[in-house]
Amino acid sequence: MSGETFVEVKGIDFSYPHQPPLFEGFSWGIRRGEAWAVIGPSGCGKTTLLYLLAGLLKPQRGEILIAGNPLRRPRPETALILQDYGLLPWDTVRGNVALGLRIRAFYGPDGLHAPRTPLPGKPEALVDFWLQRLGLQDVADRYPSQISGGQKQRTAIARALVLRPDLLLMDEPFSSLDAPTREDLEDLTLDLQAEAGLTTVVVTHSIEEAVFLGRKILFLGRPPHTEAIVIEGTKPDRSHPDYLKTCSLLRDMLNAVRRG
Amino acid sequence: MSRRSLLLALIVLLLVWQLLAIIVHRPILPAPWEVLKAFFLALPGELGKHLLSSFWRVLASITLGIVAAAPLGIAIGQSASLSRLLSPLIYLLYPIPKVVFVPVAILFLGLGDLAKILIIFLIIFFQILVLVRDQAAALRPELILSVRSLGAGRRALFRFVYLPATLPAIFTAIRQSTGTAIAVLYVAELFATKYGLGYYIYITGSTLFDYPAMYAGILAMSLLGLGLYFGVDWLERKLCPWLFVHSH
Repeated sequence: MSGETFVEVKGIDFSYPHQPPLFEGFSWGIRRGEAWAVIGPSGCGKTTLLYLLAGLLKPQRGEILIAGNPLRRPRPETALILQDYGLLPWDTVRGNVALGLRIRAFYGPDGLHAPRTPLPGKPEALVDFWLQRLGLQDVADRYPSQISGGQKQRTAIARALVLRPDLLLMDEPFSSLDAPTREDLEDLTLDLQAEAGLTTVVVTHSIEEAVFLGRKILFLGRPPHTEAIVIEGTKPDRSHPDYLKTCSLLRDMLNAVRRG
Repeated sequence: MSRRSLLLALIVLLLVWQLLAIIVHRPILPAPWEVLKAFFLALPGELGKHLLSSFWRVLASITLGIVAAAPLGIAIGQSASLSRLLSPLIYLLYPIPKVVFVPVAILFLGLGDLAKILIIFLIIFFQILVLVRDQAAALRPELILSVRSLGAGRRALFRFVYLPATLPAIFTAIRQSTGTAIAVLYVAELFATKYGLGYYIYITGSTLFDYPAMYAGILAMSLLGLGLYFGVDWLERKLCPWLFVHSH
């Protein structure tokens, strides 16, 4: 399966109403199973790009193909994890992890909101498996206001992965966490990515996170973006000279953008 | 608030009442035990019927108010254009004391239940509408986006996000409007009607001069308000358990 272009961004234009354009004729390709990071200064449109890939925003021109199909609305096989506020405050950890399954049961396998073929296994067993896998079994009956920031993001990850996505999109997933928790969750993300052969795109403003999580890095400078600037990543080893070299390269590029 | 402190407050209230009754020493202020006797004697008979018809009117108004105002409030809260269109109208209508429409409602709808229910409904409707609208508008866009990314369309968003998110606002609105609703119900029931606590209090007091019975009616009306208040509290604890947990 690997090798084929899985996500194809074809010459898209995008701007918000009454704002200068963010993307003009922008093209980019992601192969199946790849781990990408998207980095750039704030306001460069990296979150917008993620929302475009998620089908939550539509380009004004051009199109995005995923697995060969034009993207018109959020795909059931794409998972999105945001920095904050993504969990239902009125539901427990278990309820939040089960949310996607409940939404699918609500619509039935219509191919639009949920895939045509339902997931194998009982929903309760799937939820239990992912609670266990992410070490959440002890807080399963607590509400989001009762758990730590790291546990909240674990809950968001479990909620996404329980649906067996083929594409995982993350927007600054760990930036509000303290350093040890952040590195812990970054390691976990790599493990999960390897286990499931997931295609991942992580948007971040952190240089270290981009180089650690991205085997390829898309660099967004000053908008409008007309072409994809891609940097080949390194092995995820925080002390390797190559890792540090890539970090300093990115730092120089970001500083160059800042200085204009 | 503990049960013990509530009980203590009740005892203090009864003592003050008893004291006042002794000081005033006139038939228009009977002692508490006399009123309680009248209350329990009349409750299985006439008073019970009056209480039930008042209760039914309030309950019907609250139910209609929730059914009409909650979905509309959610719709206005999540749509900026709908809000631009309707919020000025709500802004003008919300502060009008709905009690002034009692004669109008009776002229149009007659003396039956409908006119009385409509007035109470209007009070509750606007309270729920405003609070639910604000609650729905205050939801973080990140939450909506992440639930949409799980496959939720309009219907699932309503069911899994907007409905549970605005439930506390509905309870708060009912709690806030209960007092006004009961007061207005009293006024509405003064106008020619067969059953209703307002009518009962009025007739026993100013026509029959049966003061213990009048106070029994006042007690029944207070209990109606109190019962609704406690009922809402109880339901909120059942349906919104996340509001009552200790944070991290």
